[in-house]
Amino acid sequence: MTQFRPRFLLAGLLAGAVQFGILGFAFADTTILNVSYDPTRELYKDYNAAFAKHWKAETGETVTIQASHGGSGKQARAVIDGLNADVVTLALESDIDAIADKTKKIAPDWRGKLPNNSSPYTSTIVFLVRKGNPKDIKDWGDLVKDDLQVITPNPKTSGGARWNYLAAWAWAHSQFGGDEAKIKDYIASLYKHVPVLDTGARGATVTFAERGLGDVLLAWENEAYLALDEFGADQFDIVIPPSSILAEPPVAVVDGNVDAKGTRKVAEAYLGYLYSEEGQRIAAKHHYRPSKPELVPAEDLKKLPELKLVSIDDPIFGGWKKVQPEHFGDGGIFDQLYKPGQ
Amino acid sequence: MVDLSYTAAADTSPASTVSATTEGRTTRWALLALALVFLAVFLLLPLVLVFAEAFKRGWAPYFDTIIDPDTISAIRLTLLVAAIAVPLNLVFGVAAAWAIAKFEFKGKAFLTTLIDLPFSVSPVISGLVYVLLFGANSVLGPWLKSYGIEILFAVPGIVLATIFVTFPFVARELIPLMQEQGTGDEEAALSLGANGWQTFWYVTLPNIKWGLLYGVLLCNARAMGEFGAVSVVSGHIRGLTNTMPLHVEILYNEYNAVGAFAVASLLAGLALVTLVLKTILEIRYGHAIAASRGH
Repeated sequence: MTQFRPRFLLAGLLAGAVQFGILGFAFADTTILNVSYDPTRELYKDYNAAFAKHWKAETGETVTIQASHGGSGKQARAVIDGLNADVVTLALESDIDAIADKTKKIAPDWRGKLPNNSSPYTSTIVFLVRKGNPKDIKDWGDLVKDDLQVITPNPKTSGGARWNYLAAWAWAHSQFGGDEAKIKDYIASLYKHVPVLDTGARGATVTFAERGLGDVLLAWENEAYLALDEFGADQFDIVIPPSSILAEPPVAVVDGNVDAKGTRKVAEAYLGYLYSEEGQRIAAKHHYRPSKPELVPAEDLKKLPELKLVSIDDPIFGGWKKVQPEHFGDGGIFDQLYKPGQ
Repeated sequence: MVDLSYTAAADTSPASTVSATTEGRTTRWALLALALVFLAVFLLLPLVLVFAEAFKRGWAPYFDTIIDPDTISAIRLTLLVAAIAVPLNLVFGVAAAWAIAKFEFKGKAFLTTLIDLPFSVSPVISGLVYVLLFGANSVLGPWLKSYGIEILFAVPGIVLATIFVTFPFVARELIPLMQEQGTGDEEAALSLGANGWQTFWYVTLPNIKWGLLYGVLLCNARAMGEFGAVSVVSGHIRGLTNTMPLHVEILYNEYNAVGAFAVASLLAGLALVTLVLKTILEIRYGHAIAASRGH
């Protein structure tokens, strides 16, 4: 019987582990972590490189920006559970509020700390249709035509889907002069045209673009352009409806974490630089609507045409704190209106 | 009624004397063909597709993905996690199997069940357990953090979750083997004057080495491929807490299908290497393996 030599095996594995360990943790410079939501991956990839360059020129320090992306609600949950974010750049005000409420690591008045309600860029909901717009979809009213399938994710799980729902609601409100019964009829009818409710915005885009389901995708403006870039402009057209919703994805410094890590200065500069000329241009390049359009050359704004945008703080909604439970809470208006299979 | 059933039984009896099975040749071929088609569709085809998608646009995009710093860091993290989790599970697994197979004690059945727990629990729950244990709202998390020790959303959390889900592999492989071998060899060694360690190194370990190697290979494959539990505790920080399976998901979500399948092909490659190693072991040492089981 041959003799087993586990000592060599163990020694080898240990040496390997130590080596990986040293390579893995060789960080010396300042590092900050930006916890963000799904569709901002490409935006922050560009912006992080630009900010690192700017910070180096300004202070001589090297800064490494780490990024984490996922569904906005899930990311907020991770920060609450201890993910060491220096800054959060999420889809919904209520997600940052949740972190502030549950951890006290963000000051309750965070929304007033940066210009434009702490939203350096805004976005809106547009339609992505099949090339040539065969079903002739131009406005929200067209979405409930017979034989038409609409792709939108589930507003119970997806931040983007809530904006879709609210954009439709805002249109119906002005269309029916605020007649609540008619608005609800329209929304119920709209969701009867949805064959599948994905859990997130990216999932819905894949359903529409790769699986080929549906005639129209309700999408973030930047997601629609991204799908155009990724899947080919010969496959889809973007239709900008005459009116839509003003989505203000907010950003905030996580005070508790930056004070513990000593990174407040760079974290604040990181968010502040989003409002600079370069930050605004990068946002526009990735099809976000800059909050300071005057800093961006007119040609970059051409793809972001003017339309009537309704804010969440408009009296018909009354802000997220009211909308969230009223429309999307358990037994809320969405639950009452959405009856699958009917 | 009785008559009918009797004739039915009588009709089938001549066939069963000809062959061990009652099925005719056609049925057997049909079954075999069905099994092969099933294998091809559910195992072979996806594997081929992974590589086909990865190389769809040629070698250049494939290598661009592989040499991307985020991919390299994901590969490094995956190897690091396996390099920690597998040796630890090797030690735990041998110790647990040793205790269960060679000794009688109270609560043995309970211990065996506990070892199987990670097999029966969904990986998501395995991850959430660590969030509850080490999260910011737990008792342990803030206490460890006050000493500068980060578990959750850092490498230690990923290692812990991986150890948890891969725990049964080594022990499960060894327990039946060691039980089958009994304690005769060890008793002989002890009666000839060997001490405990000597018995272990020179008698027990050589007897179980093939089973151990199997266990380690399977454990390693799972450690590198684990997604669910690791996804919960990772925090998904690029270049820092992204393992290869998580990186595949990220690339796919970024519409980078070629990149996603390139990394997936590396993982599939690791699985294939594991399978080839296992097959080589079986072919070259099949006799020794069978002999060690016969003790």
